[in-house]
Amino acid sequence: MSDAPRSFQEIILRLQSYWAARGCAVLQPYDMEVGAGTFHPATTLRALGTKAWAAAYVQPSRRPTDGRYGENPNRLQHYYQYQVIIKPSPPDLQDLYLGSLKAIGIDAAMHDIRFVEDDWESPTLGAWGLGWEVWCDGMEVSQFTYFQQVGGHDCHPVSGELTYGLERLAMYVLGVDHVMEMPFNDPQSPIPLKYGDVFRQTEEEYSRHNFDAASTEALLRHFEDAEAECARLLDAPAEDPKTGKRIIMAHPAYDQCIKASHLFNLLDARGVISVTERQAYIGRVRALAKACADAFVQTEAGGWAA
Amino acid sequence: MPDLLIELFSEEIPARMQVKAAEDLRRLVTDGLVEAGLTYAGAAAFSTPRRLVLSVNGLLAESKPVREERKGPKADAPEKAIEGFLRSTGLTRDQLVEREDKKGTILFAVIEKPGRTAAEIVAEVLEKAIRTFPWPKSMRWGAGSLRWVRPLHSILCILSDEAGAEVVPLEIDGITAGKTTQGHRFMAPAQIAVSGFEDYEAKLKRAFVVLRAEERAELIWHDATNQAFAQGLEVVEDRGLLAEVAGLVEWPVVLMGPIGEAFLDLPPEVLQTSMKEHQKFFSVRNPKTGRIERFVTVANIETADNGATILAGNGKVLSARLSDAKFFWENDLRTVADEGLTGMAEGLANVTFHNKLGSQADRIARIAALAAEIAQRVGADPDEARKAAEVAKADLQSEMVGEFPDLQGLMGRYYAKAAGLSDAVAAACQEHYSPLGPSDDVPAAPVSVAVALADKIDTLTGFWVINEKPTGSKDPFALRRAGLGVIRLVLDNRVRFNLLKQLDSGEAGHYWDLAGRAGHEIEADEERAAKILGVPHADFSTIRSEMRSRYDEKEQSQRLAELFDIPAASIVGFVPDLLTFLHDRLKVFLKDQGIPHDVIDACLAMPGNDDLTLLVKRAEALAAFLKTDDGENLLQGFKRANNILSQAEEKDGVEYSYGADPKWAEMDEEKALFTALDAAEAAIKPAMEQEDFAAAMTAMAALRAPIDAFFTAVQVNAENSVLRRNRLNLLSRIRTICLSVADLTKLDG
Repeated sequence: MSDAPRSFQEIILRLQSYWAARGCAVLQPYDMEVGAGTFHPATTLRALGTKAWAAAYVQPSRRPTDGRYGENPNRLQHYYQYQVIIKPSPPDLQDLYLGSLKAIGIDAAMHDIRFVEDDWESPTLGAWGLGWEVWCDGMEVSQFTYFQQVGGHDCHPVSGELTYGLERLAMYVLGVDHVMEMPFNDPQSPIPLKYGDVFRQTEEEYSRHNFDAASTEALLRHFEDAEAECARLLDAPAEDPKTGKRIIMAHPAYDQCIKASHLFNLLDARGVISVTERQAYIGRVRALAKACADAFVQTEAGGWAA
Repeated sequence: MPDLLIELFSEEIPARMQVKAAEDLRRLVTDGLVEAGLTYAGAAAFSTPRRLVLSVNGLLAESKPVREERKGPKADAPEKAIEGFLRSTGLTRDQLVEREDKKGTILFAVIEKPGRTAAEIVAEVLEKAIRTFPWPKSMRWGAGSLRWVRPLHSILCILSDEAGAEVVPLEIDGITAGKTTQGHRFMAPAQIAVSGFEDYEAKLKRAFVVLRAEERAELIWHDATNQAFAQGLEVVEDRGLLAEVAGLVEWPVVLMGPIGEAFLDLPPEVLQTSMKEHQKFFSVRNPKTGRIERFVTVANIETADNGATILAGNGKVLSARLSDAKFFWENDLRTVADEGLTGMAEGLANVTFHNKLGSQADRIARIAALAAEIAQRVGADPDEARKAAEVAKADLQSEMVGEFPDLQGLMGRYYAKAAGLSDAVAAACQEHYSPLGPSDDVPAAPVSVAVALADKIDTLTGFWVINEKPTGSKDPFALRRAGLGVIRLVLDNRVRFNLLKQLDSGEAGHYWDLAGRAGHEIEADEERAAKILGVPHADFSTIRSEMRSRYDEKEQSQRLAELFDIPAASIVGFVPDLLTFLHDRLKVFLKDQGIPHDVIDACLAMPGNDDLTLLVKRAEALAAFLKTDDGENLLQGFKRANNILSQAEEKDGVEYSYGADPKWAEMDEEKALFTALDAAEAAIKPAMEQEDFAAAMTAMAALRAPIDAFFTAVQVNAENSVLRRNRLNLLSRIRTICLSVADLTKLDG
């Protein structure tokens, strides 16, 4: 296939131009540690309220418990998701999605592409939706979700969300069996780099950090701080005393929610959260997410009108 | 008579919902049509991943006009009454008809509803069906408010007859019904216009869609078995998977591929489970070796390379999955080799079983003690049963079971063997979960039976102690299943023990643990127990039954609380109630086996009813006895004797149990009854001692003729009070003898 992409970054670039051409605002990754692309405020918060929205972006994502010191062919504690969110979900979203696969070299006439039931739920975000995992020749390559609720709010209109697991998808397209062997840039480049050249060492470092070294006392303290800070920001009166304007700090508060969520993931990886505590922590993060959602719908971007 | 064709075309419907949804569509629409006066000859519903289809043939072209008459007030009735009648009928005064009858002039409302066309009715019924469709989970999409399982794209709705097809005018949330559909998503995506069901099905097939799910399943099974057969292999049958896969494809294409050499040594169940759960693959077995050697995947498309790319991709995914499984298997085997199964089980101390019932390790310790106690009763070695219980749940900590929970027990068996434990222990690791349902196999190996019983008794007593009993339809801890498990284990293996005693032991284990977790020095030994409770020193179950006979529940709670040094409030459940629960489960179980509930009640009322094997033996004999002519008549004789006696006893205020004297027997029939009772008693007593209920009942049956003859010839309530008393005492003997076999007073009829 002459049209086949040759590197990880080419796949990303093709997705970017494909979705840009379909009218999505191509955003940049959120500058915080998140577990998945959904946590980006461009998805979580923008899925709320009535305003139309269309965005696409790469989101570096961290799942501390998935660290394997760079040895496992498929598992990483830091990986990339490609995220597309369109509100209201267009009627041809499935076709648009299939077009994106074609753009990265997956010809639907040669492969077996299937939409297999998979209802999505994020207990920490108080969010759920219905949709599928998309299989290509038996491999899950994307998550396809129609958001029904976020932060405890019914989504109206409904957003369509597409999440591509970039490494896995790229490995399949490029025919690579171990993620660290995947060409990151063009193999013909003057300095060809593989995924391992970029990330093997960090996978080791973070695996050690996440499983054994991160200070659990500090993590617990930071969790409490983030939780308190989130509440404090949301408790502030809507009117800013300095400018006299109505400024609800939904995004800064939501940053604290993101922090709390990541800290919880780290605590989980450190193995200090028991089964019963686990539920309680998830509940605490969800309470923050809910409070941020409540605040966001009071803002202009959230559809509030004076 | 037109035919109706409906297709609801949507994005992919979850496989597990398709069949019921098609059926729901058929029911909702046909019920609605009939209700609106449109009868039909036949209806059939179909489903594919993207469509629900209903075909109705021989529909009435229109509903019949309906003429309804309602009788109203008299013409000269008060104004208000007439106004009310007009309101309720929606007519005006001049539209009412006047009719004479005997009482005068009566007003009648004659309401004529004209017939409606099929199209009009179908549109109304279908819209209602769509808007109220009972999806287990539905969603909204875009900016609309319609709910469907996934976005609904188009509605095909046509009525057709010899003259042609007409589209039923219908619009729901911007979707206008038409006469077109689409074929296969990739192989024939163009619009197709159809004129009726046959045309629809045929055109779909040309557009690479097999409409009927069972046809897709047959195609899959046929192709899969053929491909396997060609290589001397066989497909492992899995109907659930076949039905699911048939719901994932519109155009099934069966592809068979190899499993990497490196994975062939994994246990076949691991291969099968991994392939099924993750990939929805069928397993292909070599009948000679029993090994799983290949897989079958079902694609939804024909490709230019005959599926080579698809098969290669699937093979790659499978290898990655099986690498994980192999990694788990090898890690687990290493753990077992280094630390044994006990080492593997160590982490269970940190796993909560239930927050009021301690950790899995606590639970295992209780089960082990109980299993050792039960062992003797089921012919197992107590030490072996204890050992088996200690390791039976170790596999819950294995990586393999962490990934595939369905493999619990089975992996335990493999790992127990790898650890060099006896076959009996290994078998118990797998079998102690059984039986899981009413038709599941019941273990027979003594060690397995001991651990299985101990496990279930521990669960039941535990949830009774913390008062989490099943209520109504709620049984979150599957206690009814555990109860049935105990019953089936006991009955199938003819286990003889007093269940109450085992339940008491189980209960005691929980109290001991409760006290321990509350951080108390546990001195709750039996001697102290006896002292606190004021009963003679004995084992705990004796103490418990002693307590039950002396104290009410509240007092029992308080004394137990003192004994175990825990709050009285934490002691709420009671074993007799649990025994009643088990008896209820037993009744349900035996009813299914054809033993009527009154027969069971008659046997439950006898002493020793916590020995379930004995109880059932008695019930079976009694049920068989009552089916005989003698049995049925004897029962009538007994009831008659019992009625006369009870009435006399009530009237006279005495109990006629002094024993009848043959010397007062006047008539031959009376004398014969004495002789017969002597003979029956002599036969029944030893039979009962040997628990030979059939023999006892046969002996009892011999009483039928003498009793019948007695009642025919003899008047019990004789004038002579001596004779009367003697005869009543004679009836009392009949009652005593009959009641020694079962409580016949509980029997109906």
